[in-house]
Amino acid sequence: MRLELVKRPQRSMLFSALSPFIAFVLTAAAGAIMFALLGYNPVKALGTYISPLTEVWQLHELAIKAAPLILIAVGLSVCYRANIWNIGAEGQFIIGGVVGSIVPVLYPTYESWLLLPLMMVMGMIGGAAYASIPALLKVRFNTNEILTSLMLVYIAENVLDWLVRGPWRDPNGYNFPQTAQFNDYAILPAIASSSGRAHIGFIFALVAAVLMWFLMKRMLKGFEVRVMGASPRAGRFAGFSHGKMVFFAFMVSGALTGLAGISEVSGTINQLQPVISPGYGFTAIIVAFLGRLNPLGIVAAGLVLALTYLGGEAVQTALGLSDKVARVFQGMLLFFVLGCDTLIHYRIRLIGAKAEPAAAQPAARLEEAH
Amino acid sequence: MVDDTRSIPHADLLEVRGLTKVFGQLKACDRIDLTIAKGEIHALLGENGAGKSTLVKMLFGSLEPAAGEIRWKGKPVRIASPGEARRLGIGMVFQHFSLFEALTAAENIALSLDRDTPIGDIAQRARQVSAAYGLPLDPGALVGDLSVGERQRIEIIRCLLQEPELIILDEPTSVLTPQEADKLFETLERLRGEGKSILYISHRLEEVKRMCDRATVLRHGKVVGHCDPRGETAASLARMMVGTEVLQVVRQAPEGGATREPVLEIRGLTRRPAGPFSVPLRGISLTVRAGEVIGVAGVAGNGQGEFFEAVSGEALQDDAGMVRIRGKDVGRTGISARRLLGAAFVPEERLGHGAVPTMTLSDNLLLSRYRTDAKAFLAAAGVVRSGVVAAASKRVVEAMDVRKSAENPEAAALSGGNLQKFIIGRELDRQPALMIVNQPTWGVDAGAAARIRQALIDLARAGSAVLVISQDLDELFEISDAIAVMHDGTMSPPLPRAEATYEKVGLLMGGAEPGHFEHAHAGAA
Repeated sequence: MRLELVKRPQRSMLFSALSPFIAFVLTAAAGAIMFALLGYNPVKALGTYISPLTEVWQLHELAIKAAPLILIAVGLSVCYRANIWNIGAEGQFIIGGVVGSIVPVLYPTYESWLLLPLMMVMGMIGGAAYASIPALLKVRFNTNEILTSLMLVYIAENVLDWLVRGPWRDPNGYNFPQTAQFNDYAILPAIASSSGRAHIGFIFALVAAVLMWFLMKRMLKGFEVRVMGASPRAGRFAGFSHGKMVFFAFMVSGALTGLAGISEVSGTINQLQPVISPGYGFTAIIVAFLGRLNPLGIVAAGLVLALTYLGGEAVQTALGLSDKVARVFQGMLLFFVLGCDTLIHYRIRLIGAKAEPAAAQPAARLEEAH
Repeated sequence: MVDDTRSIPHADLLEVRGLTKVFGQLKACDRIDLTIAKGEIHALLGENGAGKSTLVKMLFGSLEPAAGEIRWKGKPVRIASPGEARRLGIGMVFQHFSLFEALTAAENIALSLDRDTPIGDIAQRARQVSAAYGLPLDPGALVGDLSVGERQRIEIIRCLLQEPELIILDEPTSVLTPQEADKLFETLERLRGEGKSILYISHRLEEVKRMCDRATVLRHGKVVGHCDPRGETAASLARMMVGTEVLQVVRQAPEGGATREPVLEIRGLTRRPAGPFSVPLRGISLTVRAGEVIGVAGVAGNGQGEFFEAVSGEALQDDAGMVRIRGKDVGRTGISARRLLGAAFVPEERLGHGAVPTMTLSDNLLLSRYRTDAKAFLAAAGVVRSGVVAAASKRVVEAMDVRKSAENPEAAALSGGNLQKFIIGRELDRQPALMIVNQPTWGVDAGAAARIRQALIDLARAGSAVLVISQDLDELFEISDAIAVMHDGTMSPPLPRAEATYEKVGLLMGGAEPGHFEHAHAGAA
């Protein structure tokens, strides 16, 4: 007995649209089962999990968490559309944060309205430059970008760790491994400081999503990305260069991820620490796919995944559950999204035990005849 | 033998009644009836998409019928898998070989045998079979080093080792030179002499007339007739296959001869093999002049694909002078620059090379024309004017009579013939000065094929240069003003239409030196 996936002749448009919502419901159901098994009232626990949606200051936190996820995922969607597998956004995020912080760390007294734009641009350059390493390795030596981009994450983490413990450590910081607090000119302004902490990094994310949607949908470059992803040979026939596309995708993605990194450092943390990301670079992969690699879908998906972080914190503080609950929800969500998408395109056929004896029959008869 | 009424030898080896297979909305096979007698060569005729492959796959157990009955030696059977078919005594030689290039012939044969036979025994048995049926083969040779004809012999020997009573051959001569095909026919007649039955799938009517005892003709998934092919003419068989008279392609000889302007000049085109199993190009020279159609014949895998890539600019040359288009050296410039000089290209593969399967027709129009028609198709900053592209796509669809189910469907939703009409029409719409086409009508139904061939001739007569690479000799003889032959990465000088015969071209395809036709037989065999 085995399972076989059979391609459906036509995919249902209705279920294609509903698929993310079905995935949510299934995730909630599986989450409820998990809470019940852990000995909590599932309804109450789920209620706690989504409680951050009920308070304004929590919505600000949602925007803070969603901003980097959306920015990174919008960049990753370009890579994945082009069939290029950038798994190293976490590293590009860190390097973007580090490079963007060079001026405020090394020249803490530099105060100018130019400082923030400079930091943002340097963060983008840093992320793009770091992303160009796996691109170069892929184009030049045909290495697998999944491995190289992933391995560069650990290098970036250690570079940041070394910087904040070593050369960039705040001399007046009582030996804590962190840089000095940035001055006011190096901190991204809040959207509405009266009601919460959300900063304009969230606006960056929305603008990036809309621009990228236009690029992918209406411009020749977006067409090139889609062609190269769907059929590299047809892309070569069209006259598109695979090597240039690898660099383009990695560097666009790296630049947006770097912007997310410096926005997080400048707007949320206000200094460099040994850890500046709770895994945004990896969670954004889920966001990209949950958003169907469509920049506008990614905005919605980013908000949902941000909620899994906040909900995880909420059940941790209110019910005393492990903070790993957030990870479990993220994993389940990705699993159900991919599962729903697969079942839209394919149906499952059981190759049951009953087919086997029927198949064996004629052979037996033939032997009889001999 | 208890059931003695059944043990009377049955004249029909295989009997098929009402066999039906449905894919979604489409009835690929609709109540097919077919009988194959012991010791006969039975032809299965039909256009692409008529249901031949589906029928054969059901007989070989790769597809499960939706309805109907298969009787083997008079007894109903259910063939659930190819292994089942082999155990019954049905063997199959596929059109597209399933061989591992990095393994030897004997190792490839071993892979298809169920039991753990030592490789030495297999090589020994393969040698015996190859000697007995006149199929010369070295079991120790690496498949990657073998010609297509030799690879087919491996498939046939592999099939014969299982001692089948019915052998199914799917378009076996489409990859062979005329001389190799003759050798194959001898083998098949020997097999028939031994009482084996053969189901022979082809769309080449002459060979069916020559060799087959009976024929079953399919059209749109239905049997439209059983006949004795020897009593029919090629035209009457074609009419049965297509259902209507096939448009006759009209060709007049071009005027002006060598005085016409050379549009494509290839001088000493050389290319190292791109991969372990690709063919190097060795010093190819060819001139295509305005107003003429030059055909390039050759057995598959003799460098045609590599040649197309080099001339189109998908692969660049070492030296700029190797390829000249309209007097400009283009060896170092890519496909877009060559298009801008007026060249247009149609590759062999439709899905995944000439078109992106998951993209719409209008997107696929943009694919090859975003540079040449940038003024019309692109607004400032590279924004695509989708309305203009859609209008151009509609124009192509109307000009080439492309049949489609939706306004702007995905390329993969079109049938092979209709997509090919669209891809050819996409280039013709530009009125190119030079058109290079690889396998223009591969897998295309007869009506569409005639239309495509006529369009290529008309383009040449309107003053463009046309280069057609094809493995279909009939096609090349129908449309070409001269025929060059590719063999092992080299190209013969073009034979003018008046001098070219099937015999001469066939020998060149087998690797004979031009001008040595008399002595070439031994070498080609």
